[in-house]
Amino acid sequence: MPQVTLTVNGKQHTATVEGRTLLVELLRETLGMTGTHVGCDTSQCGACVVHVDGKSVKSCTMLALQAEGASVVTIEGLAAADGTLHPMQEMFREHHALQCGFCTPGMVMSAIDLVNTHPQGITEQEIREGLEGNLCRCTGYHNIVKAIVAAWPLMHGKVAAE
Amino acid sequence: MGFEGIGASVRRKEDQRFLNGKGNYTDDINRPGQTYASIKRSDRPHAKILSIDISAAKAAPGVLAVFTGADLDAEEIGGLPCGWQIHNKDGSPMAEPKHPVLAVGKVRHVGDPIAVVIAETRQQAKDAAELLVIDLEDLPAVAGVRDAIAPGATAVHDDAPGNICYDWHLGDKAMVDAAFASAHKVVRLDLLNNRLIPNAMEPRAAIGDFDVNSGDYTLYTTSQNPHVIRLLMGAFVLHIPENKLRVVAPDVGGGFGSKIYHYAEEAIVTWASAKVRRPIKWTAERTESFMSDAHGRDHDSTAEMAIDAEGHFLALRVNTLCNMGAYLSTFAPAVPTYLYATLLAGVYKTPAIYVEVKAVFTNTVPVDAYRGAGRPEATFLVERLVDAVAKDTGIDKIELRRKNFIPSDAFPYQTPVALQYDSGDYTATLNSALKAADYAGFEARRQTAAAKGKLRGIGISTYLEACGIAPSAVVGSLGARAGLYEVANIRVHPTGSVTVFTGTHSHGQGHETTLAQLVCEQLGVPMSQVEVVHGDTAKIPFGMGTYGSRSLAVGGTAMVKAMDKIIAKGKKIAAHLMEAAVEDIEFKDNVFSVAGTDKTKTLTDISLAAYVPHNYPIEELEPGLDETAFYDPKNFTFPGGCHIAEVEIDPETGVTTVINFSAVDDVGRVVNPMIVEGQIQGGVAQGIGQALLEAAIYDKEGQLLSGSMMDYTMPRADNLPNISVGTETTLCTHNPLGVKGCGEVGAIGSPPAVINALVDALKEYGVRHINMPATPQKIWSLIQAGKPALAAE
Repeated sequence: MPQVTLTVNGKQHTATVEGRTLLVELLRETLGMTGTHVGCDTSQCGACVVHVDGKSVKSCTMLALQAEGASVVTIEGLAAADGTLHPMQEMFREHHALQCGFCTPGMVMSAIDLVNTHPQGITEQEIREGLEGNLCRCTGYHNIVKAIVAAWPLMHGKVAAE
Repeated sequence: MGFEGIGASVRRKEDQRFLNGKGNYTDDINRPGQTYASIKRSDRPHAKILSIDISAAKAAPGVLAVFTGADLDAEEIGGLPCGWQIHNKDGSPMAEPKHPVLAVGKVRHVGDPIAVVIAETRQQAKDAAELLVIDLEDLPAVAGVRDAIAPGATAVHDDAPGNICYDWHLGDKAMVDAAFASAHKVVRLDLLNNRLIPNAMEPRAAIGDFDVNSGDYTLYTTSQNPHVIRLLMGAFVLHIPENKLRVVAPDVGGGFGSKIYHYAEEAIVTWASAKVRRPIKWTAERTESFMSDAHGRDHDSTAEMAIDAEGHFLALRVNTLCNMGAYLSTFAPAVPTYLYATLLAGVYKTPAIYVEVKAVFTNTVPVDAYRGAGRPEATFLVERLVDAVAKDTGIDKIELRRKNFIPSDAFPYQTPVALQYDSGDYTATLNSALKAADYAGFEARRQTAAAKGKLRGIGISTYLEACGIAPSAVVGSLGARAGLYEVANIRVHPTGSVTVFTGTHSHGQGHETTLAQLVCEQLGVPMSQVEVVHGDTAKIPFGMGTYGSRSLAVGGTAMVKAMDKIIAKGKKIAAHLMEAAVEDIEFKDNVFSVAGTDKTKTLTDISLAAYVPHNYPIEELEPGLDETAFYDPKNFTFPGGCHIAEVEIDPETGVTTVINFSAVDDVGRVVNPMIVEGQIQGGVAQGIGQALLEAAIYDKEGQLLSGSMMDYTMPRADNLPNISVGTETTLCTHNPLGVKGCGEVGAIGSPPAVINALVDALKEYGVRHINMPATPQKIWSLIQAGKPALAAE
């Protein structure tokens, strides 16, 4: 069986995988990092979103072997070493943007990418459209949108241009 | 530390682990030596099983075992039990066909499990399951209730003639008939309540783990009620006594009812783990969830309201056909009866009500309680019918409601359909919602939208529900085979910190926070020193779990009762230590004091004395400070309120946008306003989903067409508006907290508000009713059909 070498949350791993092994299976089952979740089998729900080389990716839609040499960040890699939460995590807590917590890892990873890719500011409508690929059954999205609005200035260190 | 007691929007304790990816969901758990199960399911709706050839699967790499229904039968494994027995009009019991764990002889719905393969890896189990050779002979199948009861329809079960599970009724038929005979006017509406698929984001999963040395079984499962699963599976299916069976429901990623029930896979992995002497994990793929998680709703009803010349409701007559699916799920029979028919009075003083309900077997996935369970179906029917009365009589829809409301001074109020409401103020919630929605400014907004070629409508739903389930004796007399009390154990540790062991279960509701707030309030212990433990039969004395918005009203009250015992015992210890009479001891904010003196002892002084009883009334009092209470509620609780939806339709495409949604609910006392608001927003999102997007679609032969998230329209962020939530409070009169419950109100009140708004938007097109979901295609077609009528005016 082939081998794959990749960096996850700053640490390098080498693993033997089947050709058909998905990135999310490598993370959850081989590396034991169960923060990234699987909520569907059709790439619809987004519970498995991680960052691959800085971009949000549904890890159920990428083969583990395709991550050769890549740098992957998962929900476990967001908080600082001293436990300080990433501003997006902090705003999710502050605005009660999670209930059962199952969609949360993918939702937070998508939200961070959404804010990163909108350096000039982001509207509520853009957030709602940007979250199309992430399903949440608990919150009705209201508080998730609020959390992302609140995280934008914290992540960009400024108030959005009007 | 700020105020953390009742009324504080304390941020949630559980979020720390969820936000860091450290939740502990069932599929995250791995046991040493774990194997994996893959379940082969029927892809046919109704067929005879002619043969099952397991030889190739059994010989496949990594396979440990293959089991079929015959293997379970050989060990006299029971069928999956039903927890509620309804009686027919003639007093005879409902039809209750066996629900085999693995199909025997026949398959009866797409998704019916036929065989299980256990292998070293998940992929090996899946690969081997593909090698099973199953010879099925198709039988005619029925999916819809009307087809199922048609003469000559195929029989889903030989022991359920005419596919009737039960034919049940409630209310005074003679009184209703008399009222109809003398009525000024009768308004009739035919309605469908669409079948929904719950789709909690975490797919169901189960791990069976048999300990060869002790003979103990452990089941880790995605359940809302682990003790109920232990009871049902242990006593009725696998015949394992409670002392040998532990059920753990760890972090659970949403339930909405679908994780109440005892499912076949739980029994399969538990039983099979003893066969292969290894732990076995099964995790549903989403496609399996669609065809094996219990579905919700699916009613076909006729409703008629008799009114007098002024628009007073005189009598309500309802006839409902409800789809049970192929087998009876755990609580299915109760949903269209005691959680539906009893709610048909709504918030109105309709003096006479008669309802007939026929439950029907079909070749579809079993239907059971889904968020709201029966009350959304009742509310949709009543609130649509009230709007139809307004339309047919020309009476303003708000005036009509006010005219028929149960007045706020009429409580306790006995309805003609069994329930006695304890409190409420429907005028208050209506007025507050009208203000929140700027109802007065709507006509101007309608004009503005019309100028842009858009059709605006506004819809109201004034509703009520019954939750906090339920008084055991009452539900027992109505057919429940369980009690519905709740259990709490409060353990004050030697240094005064507290662990709460609750029989309720949190799968998104935030109990670790809300229940801890009750301890802050009553014992004065800070949140940082309170831990809430749930979801493990080895730790919790007993429990009935979380559903029917019962956790606070029933489980919270059990906590209050247990804490009362803690305080009572603490007073005795304090009296001994301070050499005072017990009657003179007062307790407030963590401190015991002798009335009229400055003598005090903290709870920690008392707990220390209780665990280090050197100076202690040992002759009359046991050491320790650890109390348990079982609380059986005196009545249901009755949250209610008013939901207002404002919608805009693009007539070119039929696409509906919900512009504003305002909910004002009376959920009794609010412990954590932030969490309550979130619960209501989430419920409303599911209600809007039902109204506009979601539908489980079967073709006529019983094939599930909406079998994936590509086909079933889940609400996404850009389908939903911001959801404004307000509360108006009247207290529940029969529990000490005054709480009513907030988990389901959003899903109950909202669907008719949305449909009423759409009918309002389309009033010029002659539209009187729209069945859910109001998809763009349906709306566009109504607009096309209505154009000639509009042109003729």
